[in-house]
Amino acid sequence: MSLQEREILNKTEINILISRLTRQLIENHNLFHNSVLIGVQPRGIYVANRLQQKLKELSGIEVVTGSIDTTFFRDDFRRKEKPLLPSVTNLDFSIEDKKVILVDDVLFSGRTVRAAMDALLTYGRPSSIELLVLVDRRFSRNLPIEANYVGKYIDTLSNERVEVMWQEIEGEDKVILVKK
Amino acid sequence: MKGLSTKHLLGIEYLVKEDIEMIFQVADNFKDIINRPIKKVPTLRDITIANLFFENSTRTKLSFELAEKRLSADVVNFSAASSSVKKGETLIDTVNNILAMKVDMVVMRHPSPGAAEFLSKHIDSVIVNAGDGTHEHPTQALLDAYSIREKLGDVKGKKVVIVGDILHSRVALSNIHCLQKLGAEVKVCGPLTLMPKYIESLGVEVEINLQKALEWCDVANMLRIQHERQEIKHFPSIKEYTLQYGLTQEILNSLNKEIVVMHPGPINRGVEISSEIADSDNAIILNQVENGVAIRMAVIYLLAGKI
Repeated sequence: MSLQEREILNKTEINILISRLTRQLIENHNLFHNSVLIGVQPRGIYVANRLQQKLKELSGIEVVTGSIDTTFFRDDFRRKEKPLLPSVTNLDFSIEDKKVILVDDVLFSGRTVRAAMDALLTYGRPSSIELLVLVDRRFSRNLPIEANYVGKYIDTLSNERVEVMWQEIEGEDKVILVKK
Repeated sequence: MKGLSTKHLLGIEYLVKEDIEMIFQVADNFKDIINRPIKKVPTLRDITIANLFFENSTRTKLSFELAEKRLSADVVNFSAASSSVKKGETLIDTVNNILAMKVDMVVMRHPSPGAAEFLSKHIDSVIVNAGDGTHEHPTQALLDAYSIREKLGDVKGKKVVIVGDILHSRVALSNIHCLQKLGAEVKVCGPLTLMPKYIESLGVEVEINLQKALEWCDVANMLRIQHERQEIKHFPSIKEYTLQYGLTQEILNSLNKEIVVMHPGPINRGVEISSEIADSDNAIILNQVENGVAIRMAVIYLLAGKI
């Protein structure tokens, strides 16, 4: 089985998308007085960090940012060969009555977002939950879930995988499409 | 990343270091969860677990049951006192009857050493050993090592002395295996009559002087005298045992360092440990109990992934 890679977004394009998403967030959340960013583990946290930096850069706003792990709320436990090992949940603030912006890198089946919402609700009752994703693989949803903010829509086949890479982990910001 | 190297948890002896580290990593998450307002996750909602206790237990049974319930598993409890075991049924028959009711996992405590391993060879289910006679009590050792890691940052390189009735203690054997696998140094301390004959073959030194043992260690794990397992007298009197091996404020004061005091429970206050010490800041006895739930959740979660 050979792997084919195709670059979808490069560093500059990702930066433009992050800037645009940040401005959209500012439009809806003003000064973020009652809003928080929560990155979905494991990969959504990097998008959340970029948004947090960009917000500070563009408007000096320091938004409260956390992360949520979905492992124990997933619906594919015991349906996979590998064990599902959890990541850290970092929510050292109350989400009660907050406007939560859930952040992930790729929206595909929607199952992770469903799990993230269930996980989040065990911490309290936010006044609203919105979803922001860097890449939306449209027409591939298994659940009725859509994002409020989308960096880029892409059309993919089910045997393809979208990988978002970051400077701090993989050494370079880019999004690639991998064909199995 | 692979899961645990084993399908059952029969004893620490059968685990590798990576297994123990994986259990700790997952337990960190569960510890966070059981300290939230909603202490429950839906992960094991399609799993049924039977707790079979052929020997009395309060803490371990409650701890397992809470762990199972916080993972949303269905739980059935069974204790030997009110069962058909009294009517002459064999262990395998009892367990097979329970499994016929579609139970996925069995948590068992039994007075006979090796009972869990025996069962794992004869029935088709996941077995978690919750203590088998004087053999092993793996989840206790895991929670003990986890509590040391939490208190001191790491287990590796730490010096741990286990004090008391080593001969009849499954906690001691499991602790020795677990601590050694994680790179700690272990000594045992107590009257020679309460030492197993081949204890040194485990790479464990015997120290008969409590004072010396405490001066050497970072952590002291105090064990109870298991009168129920002793058929003969191993020492002249409880009073004499306490004088020689009881942990008191006086001895702790005489050391020019702080040590961590542990006890797997149940405590016999005034025998192996004074009330003062048991309630002091040095003692992490209640932390051990709290961590027990997180560790058992982690073990059950990781084993359930293999069903």
